[in-house]
Amino acid sequence: MTSELDIFVGNTTLIDEDVYRLWLDGYSVSDAVALRVRSGILEQTGATAAVLQSDTMDHYRTFHMLERLLHAPPKLLHQLIFQIPPSRQALLIERYYAFDEAFVREVLGKKLSKGTKKDLDDISTKTGITLKSCRRQFDNFKRVFKVVEEMRGSLVDNIQQHFLLSDRLARDYAAIVFFANNRFETGKKKLQYLSFGDFAFCAELMIQNWTLGAVGEAPTDPDSQVDDMDMDLDKEFLQDLKELKVLVADKDLLDLHKSLVCTALRGKLGVFSEMEANFKNLSRGLVNVAAKLTHTKDVRDLFVDLVEKFIEPCRSDHWPLNDVRLFLNQYSASVHSLDGFRFACSGCVT
Amino acid sequence: MPGKLKVKIVAGRHLPVMDRASDLTDAFVEVKFGNTTFKTDVCLKSLNPQWNSEWFKFEVDDEDLQDEPLQITVLDHDTYSANDAIGKVYIDIDPLLYSEAATVISGWFPIYDTIHGIRGEINVVVKVDLFNDLNRFRQSSCGVKFFCTTSIPKCYRAVIIHGFVEELVVNEDPEYQWIDRIRTPRASNEARQRLISLMSGELQRKIGLKVLEMRGNAVVGYLQCFDLEGESGLVVRAIGTACTLDKLSSPAAFLPACNSPSKEMKESPLVHPPSHGCRSTHNSPIHTATGSRLTQNFSVSVPTLIYTGMGSGSAGKEGGPFKALLRQQTQSALEQREFPFFTLTAFPPGFLVHVGGVVSARSVKLLDRIHNPDEPETRDAWWAEIRQEIKSHAKALGCHAVVGYSESTSICEEVCILSASGTAAVLNPRFLQDGTVEGCLEQRLEENLPAGCGFCHIPYDELNMPFPAHLTHCYNCRKQKVPDVLFTTIDLPVDATVIGKGCLIQARLCRLKKKAQAEANATAISNLLPFMEYEVHTQLMNKLKLKGMNALFGLRIQISVGENMLMGLASATGVYLAALPTPGGIQIAGKTPNDGSYEQHISHMQKKINDTIAKNKELYEINPPEMSEEIIGSPIPEPRQRSRLLRSQSESSDEVAELDLSHGKKDAFVLEIDDTDAMEDVHSLLTDVPPPSGFYSCNTEIMPGINNWTSEIQMFTSVRVIRLSSLNLTNQALNKNFNDLCENLLKSLYFKLRSMIPCCLCHVNFTVSLPEDELIQVTVTAVAITFDKNQALQTAKTHAEKSLQRASTDNEELLQFPLELCSDSLPSHPFPPTKEHLESASSNSGIPAAQRATSVDYSSFADRCSSWIELIKLKAQTIRRGSIKTTVTVEKASPVGEGNFRNRSSPPCANSTVGVVKMTPLSFIPGAKITKYLGIINMFFIRETTSLREEGGVSGFLHAFIAEVFAMVRAHVAALGGNAVVSYIMKQCVFMENPNKNQAQCLINVSGDAVVFVRESELEVASTQQPTANCQPACAGGEVTT
Repeated sequence: MTSELDIFVGNTTLIDEDVYRLWLDGYSVSDAVALRVRSGILEQTGATAAVLQSDTMDHYRTFHMLERLLHAPPKLLHQLIFQIPPSRQALLIERYYAFDEAFVREVLGKKLSKGTKKDLDDISTKTGITLKSCRRQFDNFKRVFKVVEEMRGSLVDNIQQHFLLSDRLARDYAAIVFFANNRFETGKKKLQYLSFGDFAFCAELMIQNWTLGAVGEAPTDPDSQVDDMDMDLDKEFLQDLKELKVLVADKDLLDLHKSLVCTALRGKLGVFSEMEANFKNLSRGLVNVAAKLTHTKDVRDLFVDLVEKFIEPCRSDHWPLNDVRLFLNQYSASVHSLDGFRFACSGCVT
Repeated sequence: MPGKLKVKIVAGRHLPVMDRASDLTDAFVEVKFGNTTFKTDVCLKSLNPQWNSEWFKFEVDDEDLQDEPLQITVLDHDTYSANDAIGKVYIDIDPLLYSEAATVISGWFPIYDTIHGIRGEINVVVKVDLFNDLNRFRQSSCGVKFFCTTSIPKCYRAVIIHGFVEELVVNEDPEYQWIDRIRTPRASNEARQRLISLMSGELQRKIGLKVLEMRGNAVVGYLQCFDLEGESGLVVRAIGTACTLDKLSSPAAFLPACNSPSKEMKESPLVHPPSHGCRSTHNSPIHTATGSRLTQNFSVSVPTLIYTGMGSGSAGKEGGPFKALLRQQTQSALEQREFPFFTLTAFPPGFLVHVGGVVSARSVKLLDRIHNPDEPETRDAWWAEIRQEIKSHAKALGCHAVVGYSESTSICEEVCILSASGTAAVLNPRFLQDGTVEGCLEQRLEENLPAGCGFCHIPYDELNMPFPAHLTHCYNCRKQKVPDVLFTTIDLPVDATVIGKGCLIQARLCRLKKKAQAEANATAISNLLPFMEYEVHTQLMNKLKLKGMNALFGLRIQISVGENMLMGLASATGVYLAALPTPGGIQIAGKTPNDGSYEQHISHMQKKINDTIAKNKELYEINPPEMSEEIIGSPIPEPRQRSRLLRSQSESSDEVAELDLSHGKKDAFVLEIDDTDAMEDVHSLLTDVPPPSGFYSCNTEIMPGINNWTSEIQMFTSVRVIRLSSLNLTNQALNKNFNDLCENLLKSLYFKLRSMIPCCLCHVNFTVSLPEDELIQVTVTAVAITFDKNQALQTAKTHAEKSLQRASTDNEELLQFPLELCSDSLPSHPFPPTKEHLESASSNSGIPAAQRATSVDYSSFADRCSSWIELIKLKAQTIRRGSIKTTVTVEKASPVGEGNFRNRSSPPCANSTVGVVKMTPLSFIPGAKITKYLGIINMFFIRETTSLREEGGVSGFLHAFIAEVFAMVRAHVAALGGNAVVSYIMKQCVFMENPNKNQAQCLINVSGDAVVFVRESELEVASTQQPTANCQPACAGGEVTT
């Protein structure tokens, strides 16, 4: 007796969250059944392995049919084939677009191309995430990128509108898209200690302050609002950053700046003496990183440079985090009182 | 009565890409009705075209309006080659033809292609303007309402229940026409879909005409089926019950005190035309006369499962003459009818007087390959024959009517088994015909009908009965005689007193049969049938005893024929009726009593059986009150319980006509183990696993013993096909396979629906078919309904109280009923309304026993309390829901920074545009009130694939197809303005595959009633302002029990 055909169709589509997770994680039906058996579900429900197998198959089939719709979430809302309550639809979408921290760190800032896709099996072996799941996550990144790439307006809004993601997830995707677009290098060994959250935080600030869409902060004229407002860095702003060189090139200005920062921070910094001693180096490091940003190559290395030129010196002197923050705030604040400088760099590294 | 059909094509969405080069589609739409076609403009390069067409107007006969479907085809325009079809939508415009159903069909319909499935959606608006016409000899029957529901629909009341209507139409199957060799599968499928749609329309129109002849205005319990007879043709047949219905005026009409039934809802001229000439039933234009010649009358009419008490004696005193009188009356009302059959399974209170037992008849026919145009009425004759037999069976049981009547067929190659079954019953003539009822009889009837047990009382004249059976005095009223076991095909009457809960009981059986041709094959099948019937019945009996119950409701026995085997599947819901005696246990007797080890084995088995019975009694909460023998009365002279196979006269063979199932010992049911087969049977008895805790299942509308449904429902269809290993197939192995298949299927369902616990699977409907040599296909459709566990426990403990609740419910219903009766303006109605009112009220609450009468107040009080609690809960829920909503908005509002969140589509998925449409095989929606019936949904789909593997194999293919069918049903209901389908049934699911060719084909036929429902909680909220709000909780409680 072999089962040729075995299906279950509900008027309201049944979604088992646990099975959905297994499916998203890329397990095959037999692996999923084995994992479910291990979870003790048989004992809880008194079911047999055959029942579990049939149930898992059913769910996988449903998910497979739903996947096409999940690629364009608004379709899931308007389609008539599966009757799914709105809360469940939201769950389906949110989970489908969720990604693994380990995976995203591997591809963050990489070009979302076929070439990268080929490397997915390496990533899979490295991270222990199944290749299937890697593919899904990669394809999600790519899909979102493709859809919002050419769009005007706020990146987060666009993503939310076209993929119906939660606010949190939409911001993460905005960061991923932003990094992929600017191809920031994040894979170097030196940067390994940084989490996706750290980068996402930077991305958000950069989108807010450094891009064409960032109104007010950047010294751009309003009619240069071309497309990709949130994705591309504002070239004029980067050009203007070159002017900062004066801060280190002009000896008087450098000393004045240093004295302003030191006066303000005296007694507030645990590492005051180190700061005072290193001020020139640090300032030079920061300004050089900023000034080089007109070159695409240097833009990509932004994070590497920041770590090398600023963070590592700080770390070797054992600066506490709070001190770094105080110093940077003071550092940029003091510039304003210099010669009408405006400085928008927010070195935001932990 | 010609009419004007107006159609507007608004827009399309999610269309498939038809032009690979541009990744877009140049779509336009053809709208066709009858022979007229309109086209929209081509909407260039869009997957979401906006046509916004003008109104396309078709001026047509109402006959066509009834027969023809509106056909909408979406195409891709191609300048150089032929236009490619994207897909079609068939819209049945029948619902627009009733006066009070839908007025417009408007909405998104899935565009369906028989090869690709659903491909996008199209927004259509359809309207009909009807002109009145006084032609007496018209062919149409617009205005007759059709209901699949097998009870009086919830917002109507029955003025008269006229009786049985049937009709069938025959045509050639396009799939078997010569042209099929040269046309594409798509064209062939579409021809078939269209033809069946046309035939159903015609059939419905003809049935409507018959109803008008009977002066009815509606068909209830309408069941339409297709027989795919292969080369010999395609038969579409339907049966139903003609009624005159009156709409209850207000949507909140279930609150009796709030609104009295109105009188002004008279039939409109549309639905009550002057009488007109009879029409021959076979003169349709599409009828091509392909009836087959009946080669031989293989008429095997097998069993009448008779479980009626038939003793002579004591009960006759006062009941006897009265019964005779009653019978006379009923007879006069019913005898004018050819077939006093009713497809209803639930009845207005007081309609059903006595129930005799299940009557069924089967007949094996040979479908002839030769088209014989001279004998177009062969199939009519076949069915007439079977119905005649059913009628005579019912007569033999002292009954004049058959209720819960249904017909079915099973076809394999050229052999066809026709089956019909129903429940013999005695009915109250009050509803049957106007004017014939005499007042005094009615009065006596009312007095003699104790609520809760009346229907169990034996229906015939005791002196006349040929069947000796075990009779006792009714355990409820102690006056009349009752049988010890009762089998019926109807739903449990609302007023029946049940102890504990019910459960699904199935008998499953396979029999091998030699492959044979034509007549030899038919003979072989005919010879097997009686044995199958007998065995199925024995199994049912054993399982019923094992559950400690004494009655079966909703019994449905299906016999399917395949190439090399026959399958029998009987499903029913077992209950313990308080009126019937406690069932005895099962005793096992060995044949060789001297063998020690054997005896040990037997006693071991006996113990196991006893344990199971005890366990089941606990599980289903069956704890009838102890009664001493004296109260019950003297034992009946002949204490033998027998089951008999009643054979019709047409049966020529001389087989044993009487099969004794018992061995004399009172109350015990003896199983003799004399060979391995019997051993096997006993084992299989014990292998049926009860559902996991928190689950109940039944195949009736509602679960006896559960009356506190919550509103969550999940309708589903599950299909399984197994392939038997062709090696050494024996009956035993087959039985085991089949049994496992069904059991595993049930287990799977329990597992899948575990999140709904506590819940009950209601209306579990199994269908078995044998699509190929070694394949068995089982299809299950059912609905899972959640219920409130706490209250369930409470009601279970106080079952007596529950029955009282029922009584009070009846009270309310009756309050409404007599008033209605007086409004139906029967000229010869003998009673002034008030008098009858009083009588019925007294008959209801006063009769059974003093104890009952005294505690009525208490029960209604408890009832009210529980309903108040319910109400409060509901309110609490709404409040909670409300508060959740507000917190969400707060969350949304607070962390918003910058303008980034300008148009955040609030929690993205909350604003789904697709309205929820509930589907249920039941006639009601728990926790809701049906306010309007929008018309019948009757759809037929074919799906075919030539890329089976690519579509996920057979499972993927069928899974997608069934999901699509659900979607199309929902879309049609939504377009009619409805939000649910009740009495949904998947009548056919024919699946054929050819994995070698990577092909598969499936035909599905579904039907149901589109309705609008309103949640009771909403009604309550709306009506709390009304001054009459006091009465409401009690009524709501009553609603739950019904």
